[in-house]
Amino acid sequence: MKRSLVIGATFVAGLSSAAAAATIDDIKARGKLNCGVTTGLVGFAAPDANGEWDGFDVGVCRAVAAAVLGDETAVEFVPTTGKTRFTSLASGEIDMLARNTTWTFSRDVDLKFEFVGINYYDGQGFMVPKELGVSSAKELDGATICIQTGTTTELNLADFFRNNNISYEPVPIETNAEAQPLYLEGACDVYTTDASGLAATRAAFENPGDHVVLPEIISKEPLGPLVRHGDNEWADVVRWTLNALIAAEEYGVTSANIEELSGGSDNPEINRLLGSEGNLGEQLGLDADWAKRAIMVGGNYGELFEKNIGENTPIGLSRGLNAQWTDGGLLYAPPFR
Amino acid sequence: MSTITDPPSESFQLSQLINDTRYRSYTFQFIAMILLIAAFAYLGSNLVSNLRAAGLNISFDFLGEPAGYDINQRLIEYDSQSTHWRASVVGALNTLLVAFLGCLMATIIGVIVGVLRLSKNWLIRKVMSIYVEIFRNVPVLVWILIIMAIFVAVLPQPRDFRGEDAEASMLLGSFAFTGRGFYFPKPLFGPGSAVVIAVFLASIAGIFVFRNYARKALFERGQMIPTLWPSVGLFFIPAILAYFVMGQPISLEYPELRGFNFQGGVYARNSLIALTFALAIYTAAFIAENVRAGILAVSKGQTEAAASLGLRPNRIMNLVILPQALRVIIPPLISQYLNLTKNSSLAIAVGYMDLTGTLGGITLNQTGRAIECVLLLMLFYLTFSLCISAIMNVYNNSVRLKER
Repeated sequence: MKRSLVIGATFVAGLSSAAAAATIDDIKARGKLNCGVTTGLVGFAAPDANGEWDGFDVGVCRAVAAAVLGDETAVEFVPTTGKTRFTSLASGEIDMLARNTTWTFSRDVDLKFEFVGINYYDGQGFMVPKELGVSSAKELDGATICIQTGTTTELNLADFFRNNNISYEPVPIETNAEAQPLYLEGACDVYTTDASGLAATRAAFENPGDHVVLPEIISKEPLGPLVRHGDNEWADVVRWTLNALIAAEEYGVTSANIEELSGGSDNPEINRLLGSEGNLGEQLGLDADWAKRAIMVGGNYGELFEKNIGENTPIGLSRGLNAQWTDGGLLYAPPFR
Repeated sequence: MSTITDPPSESFQLSQLINDTRYRSYTFQFIAMILLIAAFAYLGSNLVSNLRAAGLNISFDFLGEPAGYDINQRLIEYDSQSTHWRASVVGALNTLLVAFLGCLMATIIGVIVGVLRLSKNWLIRKVMSIYVEIFRNVPVLVWILIIMAIFVAVLPQPRDFRGEDAEASMLLGSFAFTGRGFYFPKPLFGPGSAVVIAVFLASIAGIFVFRNYARKALFERGQMIPTLWPSVGLFFIPAILAYFVMGQPISLEYPELRGFNFQGGVYARNSLIALTFALAIYTAAFIAENVRAGILAVSKGQTEAAASLGLRPNRIMNLVILPQALRVIIPPLISQYLNLTKNSSLAIAVGYMDLTGTLGGITLNQTGRAIECVLLLMLFYLTFSLCISAIMNVYNNSVRLKER
């Protein structure tokens, strides 16, 4: 008891000291961005065959590293589980978390985090083997359901089954990787998580066609990167890096034409974004080319999406809600001025 | 040995606190205690002020709020609208259940293996030492994961029981062993079943009385009364008679495949079985070593003396060796029970919702009250451990050497 108090006290002391210093100065001094990601979800964040982290969320981390440090490889990826992610961020072990994390009121207000935006609009879905012949989530009475513990999906699931007055048997699982064998062996009938995660998981199966994702989406899951409360300058850097990626797609800035456009173009918005006009980079505490470097890493939002999780990848997600507002989606970056 | 001390001086001087051997140790202990208290007070105030600076406060109000999540194995009434406190209690009971079953099983396996390790049979001896070495030298988390993986992969799933020519079928039509767990028939107690149970309990008490009587007869009059068959008869016959006299009030509810799962009957989840089994065989390897040490601690002369009195090897073990060995075995056994109880916190690896899974897992995560949850968690485990120690110490006192 006594010893743990000491550990608790030192832990909290460490927490507050980390929060007090400016995060961006720490990162520059360290020369590396510590970015929390999942322990492995193909398409979003997973090490590739060479052990290099790759994916949609990883792309956000790399863009921030390129904007701040000028080096997209200066990122230390810290794998976090649903349970450890918030402690890692709160204690200062990681500078930002880009890990399919749902923006909720209590996480923002009570847990004292700052969600800087939304990089994927998601919702919770269900995956079942085709042979069960289930066509709706309301037919799942009495089913055994694998669920990642420590996530909002756990609460949504309880609410959904209570609303529909049907019963289920939850099997809590720590990570996505542990859930897969249990689901494939049939220890659970259903696997539930965010629809994008289901698509990514199914893509990794030997026979993806044997499994169907049910049409019901039972929750709103706006996923986005987040940082600690209290360091607004750092939050601004991450927020506007994400916005730069989204705005670049809207204005047609791609990794192919960015060199040409950065020399100056007819569109003043593009000029301000890429630093040939105004001093937006300076206002952020960075140099003029910050957004250009961020976009050059993996391209704009649309390019990142298509490359990692788009329709031509095994994950095969369509843009849906994640299209630009001009195309009927929800992506809407505030103006750069 | 005696130490010569000065006669007490007339008046107490402050310098005596350092110079006088009678007071010096107290002085230093007192100073050390003050320093310790000051250190903890400093850390405590540091904690509180830093928490305040971070905008956090220590509050246990969240325990009264609805938990919002479901727990699969509940020993008491619970649903997602119950409070976080209730969820913690559900988890605590699950921890106690797995600890109790694990300790029971570990003791049985451990004693058998420990005795067999000293067997005269070369093969049995070697097999048992291989068991001990393998199980105690691999981390228990690995055993839990391996056993769960084998469990899920080897046993048929409920879907295999479906259809006309199903791959798997129920044992005797009433037991289903699936990768999701075991399903057993559940007794349903109708009116009048209280009488049957009362008769059954009374007959068990009767068995003890009868065996006591037989022992007394043996010790006082040297009269051998057979106990085995009368005991078996007492165990079954009155209860069965009462069952039929009362008109068969107890019936069985059989599990059957309905929808996605087996419904009805008693359901022992795969996570509970795998966790209990893994903890038990791991801890049993340590207990086996304790038992072996205890037996070896009894001097060989005791065995020889007993043998020269004409006792057979079984009797020597039961009447002479084990009662003396228990004195050596019990104290380390308590530690093993405590270890098993604390190791049960690895339950989340197989999705068993123990105290660490509910209070230290989902509740902590959903409320973000890490410090409060961890403090409570420590308090729970401390209480469990102290209770187990207390109970086992009572037992230890009853078997220890009584000096007259």
